Amino acid sequence: MTSVRTLLEKPWLWSFVGALVVWLATVAFTGGYGAGGMVTAALSLAVFTVIVGVGQMFVITLGPGNVDLSLPANIGLASAVAMKVMGGSDSMIVVGMLAALACGAAIGAVNYLLIWALRIPPIIATLSASFIIQSVDISYGRGLQIKPPPGFADFTNWQVLGIPVLAMLTVIFTIGAALALQRMIYGRSVLAIGQNIRAAWLAGVHVGRIRFLTYTLCGALGGIDGALLAGYFRGANVDIGNEYLLASIAVVVIGGTSVAGGKANVPGVWGAGLFLVLLLTMLNTFGVSAGVRLVLTGLIIVGVITAAGGEKAVR
Amino acid sequence: MRPEMTAIAPGTLPKSSPRGSAARARLLRGLLPALSLALVLMAIAWLNPRAISYFGFNLMLNLAIPIALATIAQMFVIAGNELDLSIGTFVGFVGCVTATWLRDAPLLGILVLLGSIGVYALLGALIHLRNLPSIVVTLGMSFVWQGLAILVLPKPGGKAPDWLLSIMSFKPPYIPFPILAALIIAAVVHFGLMRTSYGVILRGSGGNAAALRRAGWSLLKTKIVLFALTGLFGVLSGMALIGITTSADANIGNGYTLLSIAGVILGGGEFVGGRVSPIGAVIGALTLALAASPLLTFMHIPPDWQVAANGAILIIVLAARVLISRRER
Amino acid sequence: MLKANTDIVRLNGAEKHFGAVRALNGVDFHVGAGECVGLVGHNGAGKSTLMHMVAGTLRPDGGQIAVRGNEEASYSVARALELGIRCVFQELSLCPNLSIAENTRINHPSLAGFGWRRRAADLIRAKLDEIFPDHGISADDIAGDLSIGRRQMVEVARAFTLTREPLHLVILDEPTSSLDAHTAGQLLSFVRRFVEAGGSCILISHVLGEVLQNADRIVVMRDGKVVAADAADVFDRDKLVAAMGGAEGHQKAAAETRKTEAGALRVRARPARQQDGKELVARAGEIIGLAGLAGHGQTDLLLAIFSAAARAKAGIEVTAPVALVAGDRQSDGIFSQWSIAQNIGIRSLGRLRNGLFISPQREAELAEFWKKKIGIRTPDMNNNIYSLSGGNQQKALFARALGSDAEIVLMDDPMRGVDIGTKLEVYDLVREEAAKGRTFLWYTTETEELDNCDHVYVFKNGRIVANLRRDELTEEKIIQSSFGDAA
Repeated sequence: MTSVRTLLEKPWLWSFVGALVVWLATVAFTGGYGAGGMVTAALSLAVFTVIVGVGQMFVITLGPGNVDLSLPANIGLASAVAMKVMGGSDSMIVVGMLAALACGAAIGAVNYLLIWALRIPPIIATLSASFIIQSVDISYGRGLQIKPPPGFADFTNWQVLGIPVLAMLTVIFTIGAALALQRMIYGRSVLAIGQNIRAAWLAGVHVGRIRFLTYTLCGALGGIDGALLAGYFRGANVDIGNEYLLASIAVVVIGGTSVAGGKANVPGVWGAGLFLVLLLTMLNTFGVSAGVRLVLTGLIIVGVITAAGGEKAVR
Repeated sequence: MRPEMTAIAPGTLPKSSPRGSAARARLLRGLLPALSLALVLMAIAWLNPRAISYFGFNLMLNLAIPIALATIAQMFVIAGNELDLSIGTFVGFVGCVTATWLRDAPLLGILVLLGSIGVYALLGALIHLRNLPSIVVTLGMSFVWQGLAILVLPKPGGKAPDWLLSIMSFKPPYIPFPILAALIIAAVVHFGLMRTSYGVILRGSGGNAAALRRAGWSLLKTKIVLFALTGLFGVLSGMALIGITTSADANIGNGYTLLSIAGVILGGGEFVGGRVSPIGAVIGALTLALAASPLLTFMHIPPDWQVAANGAILIIVLAARVLISRRER
Repeated sequence: MLKANTDIVRLNGAEKHFGAVRALNGVDFHVGAGECVGLVGHNGAGKSTLMHMVAGTLRPDGGQIAVRGNEEASYSVARALELGIRCVFQELSLCPNLSIAENTRINHPSLAGFGWRRRAADLIRAKLDEIFPDHGISADDIAGDLSIGRRQMVEVARAFTLTREPLHLVILDEPTSSLDAHTAGQLLSFVRRFVEAGGSCILISHVLGEVLQNADRIVVMRDGKVVAADAADVFDRDKLVAAMGGAEGHQKAAAETRKTEAGALRVRARPARQQDGKELVARAGEIIGLAGLAGHGQTDLLLAIFSAAARAKAGIEVTAPVALVAGDRQSDGIFSQWSIAQNIGIRSLGRLRNGLFISPQREAELAEFWKKKIGIRTPDMNNNIYSLSGGNQQKALFARALGSDAEIVLMDDPMRGVDIGTKLEVYDLVREEAAKGRTFLWYTTETEELDNCDHVYVFKNGRIVANLRRDELTEEKIIQSSFGDAA
């Protein structure tokens, strides 16, 4: 009995419940047609949101004002870098992935350097950086061979028993992220900084180092995401990451991570990622227009934050 | 006879005033926006002297009015230590309403636009009462405005009302219209926010909210007013934009979120502490409007790099500001 | 009969507690018309709490408040302003982004409409001219650009400006703390004139001479109670000090003589503002006290030592790992989302690791060990830290520091508002750990705690002004040095 109650108090549960409800509604509407395919598609697409969502979650957990607005530009550039390095050849896949990772990590590191050196809020630092990255991408991406190697495209679309392999790998990755958050010094430090940066410093946490690591990690995840997206959609382009700015923040908030910092939730990112994708599928199935879809998505985000709000850390 | 009076914290009231240098640094910072604008203008004059003319300015500053209005809109929320990430899509939404309903059913159009300002006021109240992070709330709202814009105008098109077209194509003697409009906008907002007695309260709410509450002012009201003003200037920006482009598109304002934030910061505003400047914000918007394309075109910078130039300008100005405030200490 | 009518404000049996701490314990207090009441007492005696009640910013938990003989059932800041009662708070309450004239407007709703800027500027300029004739402040100056002393001048002057609301009583909480002797004198003589003209004033100051010379009546507070109240000329400096510090004296903690041979040097530090050669020296096994009035540089020095342990700093030498026990638990110590065990473990994560991961078992062991050792009263160390009482939260912070590898423990007035039972347990533990060779630097505002120290540095204005050995330590002496005349 009490275990049920404690389970119900878990904020991330609601994102899964939401995803389930949306899925059931859609299945009811189609009369059961395509129920399985819907799950497969949802898993495939949610992967990309979850990967950047986890990075964004670590950044947001650092406390009020911390957010990475450069993810879309980062994803766009990394997708181009990955495709260029791979050059359509299967033998270069690993090198291309590493290049995308390095590109993203470098962007994250530069973000933190701007925050630290210019003492500006992360919002404006990552924003200015994203302007520049965008231009680099536009000029670099022009006239490039942007098709992924066939092996890479197949890999990102590979399914076993209707479950995308990429989703399985991402589940493993998120388990790792959850362990890092709760059981590693790094994660504990992030949570401590987010709750109270001064107390964290006084408790011996290396505040500067941890923040640097977090922005770099978030950038690196953006880079990987870019490469995978380019494989999945069979090509890189400048706008490939555009929807992930809002989506990455939305899954963090809906997933039960506190915007005030210090409280993060990895499973919730998965639940929220599936919820968002399935919601889109449902609205498409219902035949509502793009406009209604956007309005509902926006209202859900505002509704969730309003319901969860009013809990800014006690200072 | 008062021996204890020597018991003061040292260095608190030095005879030689450190205020001089603080004021000088503040002046320098205040001049920074004007300086960057002058620099951009000089560069343009040097690269292409013919651009410095009535026609040249009309052309180069084509989009300066809506950018300036959006920047002013952003400035109001920033004055209250908040941020509006939805102003761009809101401008787009207003644009779509302007190009359709405001022309075909003016009464409905006016009501919808007034209603949208009311929504902004409600957001302000919600953010204050529930203690919400404005970034997330306005991020959600940016979806809503974009969706509404698509619903109003699914495909690019529509047409601005004739009266709006004639206002925006007004050709005053001697002074190009965009410059005249910028002057008027700056003067009106400067008076309202910097000179009126309630403007003081609005800025004070960003400076020291606790002191304001202790003096008996309602922080809920200040937040509502600031957000409503953001909505109002967002509406003006969207209308001005459609008056220039004559037709609308649901994505037409998307770039304005970033432009408006950059404009406020370029104009000497700060994210917290209620330190904003309407005149600076307008100058910042003009600088961005000029730097965004005319200057770069004259410099033969490919259009690919124009966004980067905006980012670089922002970083350079912020770096200059850090240098100045370091010298302040 | 007549007396009741001339009272501006009267509190009867005022009580206030914050959690388990009784800040005010049945206080009777009144201010008459045309009277300047001086209010003195050591830190935490309850002066500020009492003044917040008079100003309407805090509601009493018990007792009545009456203004001009009428009991006020729902007293608030707005009501206080309406009745002509104003307060200059110790923390500055100017808006740093606004000009002086604009800051004046905030306190006067009637300064609006056409020409308000000129009226506001004239109002504050006239008052500044009246109080501080050579102030050198312009009404157009931005508050944030002014020095802290000038900001304090503006704030005091603003409290005396007059528009529509009446002005009967002004509470001045340490109004001269940032003023030099000259401006402080100007302010106090203005206060005298104000009182002679029929106004009332409450003057709180740690500069006892100010109070003795300017107040008509002096009220001394201690431990949330009024311990003495009489006409100012009944008191002199020594009598005030005695009343504040408790003339009955304290039972000294059993002063067993401890080893005297010098241990290894652990800390050598000179405060940033120190001008003479005095410096703090701490050796292995020593308990060093940092005394003096609150906010006179003790915490700053502890923080400087703390950061010097991580990165070399001029003037400070630290030779062993350092941990800090925070006094302000909310802002410097507690991680509010975490369990007691996690709060204890954060300083020792490196040692709790098993390979790549923190071992939950080792974390639990550490927590259980300290639960027993320091006596944290909880059924489960996995409960949230806020499930503990204040004293037990503080014990958890001690466990965090003592459970770590730190050889030097900095204590930033950690026993603030902690019950006596907890205190005694922690004192024993500190002595025990020191005997094992740990070094303690102990800043405290509670003088009796200094009895646990081997020697005590007294701070004033950011400098060390005295170094008292344990055997020459008396409360009288510490108060003498911290209220001392020579800077």
